[in-house]
Amino acid sequence: MAKTPKPDELSKIDYAPPQSAWMDTPAELKEGNWCYGAKPKNLETLHFPNPREWRVQDEDWKLPENWQEIILKGMKDLLDKYRSFRVFMDICVRCGACADKCHFFIGSGDPKNMPVLRAELLRSVYRGNFTKAGKILGKLAGARELTYSVLKEWWYYFFQCTECRRCSVFCPYGIDTAEITMMGRELLNLLGLNTDWISGPAANCYMKGNHLGLEPHTIVGNLEYMLDDIETVTGIKITPTFNRKGAEILFVTPSGDLFADPGTYTCMGYLMLFHELGLDYTWSTYASEGGNFGFFTSNELAKRLNSKIYAEAKRLGVKWILGGECGHMWRVLNQYMDTWNGPADFLQVPKSPITGTVFENAKSTKMVHIAEFTADLIKNGKLKLDKSRNDNLKVTFHDSCNTSRGMGIFEEPRYIINNTCNHFYEMDELTTREKTFCCGSGSGLNAGENMEIRMRGGLPRANAVKDVVDKYGVNMVANICAIDRAVLTASLDYWVPGTGVTGVHELVANALIMKGEQPRTTNLRGMPLPGTEGQE
Amino acid sequence: MNAILSLFAVIGLALIAFIGVKVAHLEFLFGTAIPYIALAVFLIGVISRVLKWGRTPVPFRIPTTCGQQQSLPWIKQSKLDNPSTGAGVIGRMFLEVFLFRSLFSNTKFELREGPKLAYSSTRWLWLGGLAFHWTFFVVLIRHLRLFTEPVPGFLHSIEALDGFLQVGIPGVLISGVVLLFAATYLFLRRVFIPSVRYISLAADYFPLFLIMGVALSGILMRYVVRVDIVSVKMLTMGLASLSPVVPEGISAIFYVHLFLVSALFAYIPYSKIMHLGGVFLSPTRNLANNSRMVRHINPWNYPVEVHTYEEYENDFREKMKKAGLPVEKE
Ligand code: HEM
Ligand code: SF4
Ligand code: SF4
Repeated sequence: MAKTPKPDELSKIDYAPPQSAWMDTPAELKEGNWCYGAKPKNLETLHFPNPREWRVQDEDWKLPENWQEIILKGMKDLLDKYRSFRVFMDICVRCGACADKCHFFIGSGDPKNMPVLRAELLRSVYRGNFTKAGKILGKLAGARELTYSVLKEWWYYFFQCTECRRCSVFCPYGIDTAEITMMGRELLNLLGLNTDWISGPAANCYMKGNHLGLEPHTIVGNLEYMLDDIETVTGIKITPTFNRKGAEILFVTPSGDLFADPGTYTCMGYLMLFHELGLDYTWSTYASEGGNFGFFTSNELAKRLNSKIYAEAKRLGVKWILGGECGHMWRVLNQYMDTWNGPADFLQVPKSPITGTVFENAKSTKMVHIAEFTADLIKNGKLKLDKSRNDNLKVTFHDSCNTSRGMGIFEEPRYIINNTCNHFYEMDELTTREKTFCCGSGSGLNAGENMEIRMRGGLPRANAVKDVVDKYGVNMVANICAIDRAVLTASLDYWVPGTGVTGVHELVANALIMKGEQPRTTNLRGMPLPGTEGQE
Repeated sequence: MNAILSLFAVIGLALIAFIGVKVAHLEFLFGTAIPYIALAVFLIGVISRVLKWGRTPVPFRIPTTCGQQQSLPWIKQSKLDNPSTGAGVIGRMFLEVFLFRSLFSNTKFELREGPKLAYSSTRWLWLGGLAFHWTFFVVLIRHLRLFTEPVPGFLHSIEALDGFLQVGIPGVLISGVVLLFAATYLFLRRVFIPSVRYISLAADYFPLFLIMGVALSGILMRYVVRVDIVSVKMLTMGLASLSPVVPEGISAIFYVHLFLVSALFAYIPYSKIMHLGGVFLSPTRNLANNSRMVRHINPWNYPVEVHTYEEYENDFREKMKKAGLPVEKE
């Protein structure tokens, strides 16, 4: 594994494009910027083409003989299926408005990380094969042939895009390079070209219900650890149920929250909140994944993985579904799930059993975001909250790409934070809400071997955090995404050491005054509560 | 390199028309046949392209949401930036198409010592783009006076507005001049901003030069090498009434102008200028974010292979029982 350079080296970035034109500059696949190739066993599990042992650094990627034909046929197929793809291939004017909006360009200076050029990598092949101008004028019209080196370039750069859609906000036509990356990855998968870090979790999710491959008894076991910790902090014993038929609500959250800090604290937050409300809900070990690494692979696989949520809701006979804090999970639930696997006519329009609020905005999918659910509880005065328990925290909020630009959930989490914390500070408004920067490792790029590009991509977000750390002494970055919780921890540690990361529901749980709880002396992380230090 | 090639291509086109008329006396070809052909290519090309887009399905509802979603009644929705209704979408599209709203919110960044990334808003491209497109549009509309008799009143008003400076004889019409400047600005930023130069293709310079050529020849015709406007109008009315005539004595510069316009129109359907149609069909902008409220239908949705609960339970039944989890089959 390549050694990641130190921050002061990495932040020397040269934005001057090379002398040679981009088409004449073949991609150099630098270690630290790519992930290991997909292992055959995972592709086999998923019934994906061309399972084989292969290494990115090898000359020969062991492709089928007719690989060009496969790609071009795949491209034709996608062009006929997606208006987005066809229109985005045709209408870019190369004005460059998107060019400096990508965190990977800002962090690396590599011109092929400008969204427009990332798209041109594919568009040039489109022109050469599917447009009159490109066929006749060739390079003059920006067309080129699909060669082995072009294919490698695609692989390199489509796995250096986190599908965050920031570029799409600034484009005068809304051209979404994330969409183009998705098409590019879909094509690459036709040749068995994926990363191990994506195909592994996807295969796990397919067979075991979640990315981490937690088997049913492990899920129960992991939650039991958390329940013990909750009991230590609050004195309250919680007994959640699993796979229970007849529950009112099915709860689905990303499996990352079941596994590692600080996601587990968020998970403890859910458990405590639901217990306090006396919510009639169940966990599922079959639909134990809210996230969807299939989405980073192909549309079909995304649908296959997503199908479990409705299937399980139907089997258990619940009334509606509540979803935890996650980013791409919510883009999928908001923009894809109902279309793929609906209609969910066996469910009812979600209604909060505590406040009676009917979630009209989810009347077709029947799936509510937990921040919507909790904000409604707070608004209706159903939670007793002691904000001062979070007084040791100076909190800022990181908007996750997918919930921002593929949904638009901005106020709900802020409302919750403002009701659970006394010290909340916003980052530079050109880096939040719809203009938010990716954590740097979304869309399945959160592997270990590509740490350099992750840290580069993470620079813009971390740098905006650093700004509020310097200005206001912020020490905690709240978010509503499991991938954020895992990867911001790493990128902040690299760029802004000493800054913590938390889910919003961890803040809720710390502030939540529960019936019959013992006087709390620590928060969920076992740190002394403000004002109780040294009282042991 | 791309720029120089494109420049020569446009100069070449101008020369073809000039020589064609001056030397070969092909007035009829350049004055009537080519404009008709160009118009036909334009119409057929644009329509078939738009139909091709329109016939391609929109499988998913994927607006790029740029503001607060509609959720709880007490949370204020961003109705334009994250529309959940058709009216909101129309509003959003209107502002995009007429005011280039996304470009208005453009930003730039700077990497300072530290490292410290600093962002600020930048509106030059927005301003240049807006000036370019609006003046292009006004110039186009103004030309209708050559194809109508009597000239409708609104054209007079536009022309009066356009000539508000009231300088020069004939009075300077501001739109043409601004068009030329705006196009020049767009060209200069392409050349001088390194990243934009790096992404620019010949196909990006060519239409700019072509439009600059059209504007320049038009301006020359109006203010410098005067053409006989009465004869020109006979020709254009002939075109409009499908009974083409080619009056004597129209100077070559007019044919150069007309040929460049013809080239531009014929080129449009095969070029990036099709963004004028595409922007209306862009699924990230023209859809409402209401996919949790109303099910969006994908016409090619097909059944897929899934791993069922039954298969899952078969894999894990013993472990599930041991962990105290309910199972369907003992
Ligand atoms: C309807 C909404 C439209 C929007 C939002 C829009 C926006 C833009 C933008 C941002 C550019 C980039 C400027 C640059 O190249 O740096 C551009 C270029 C251009 N547009 Fe439009 N445009 C629209 C409609 C039109 C229409 C109706 C035409 C009619 C001919 C047109 C003709 C052109 C041409 C020729 C260029 C090339 C200029 C260049 O290459 O720089 N556009 N447009
Ligand atoms: S902002 Fe849009 S039109 Fe401009 S270069 Fe980027 S993708 Fe192309
Ligand atoms: S979607 Fe995000 S990561 Fe991908 S090109 Fe656009 S800005 Fe960059």
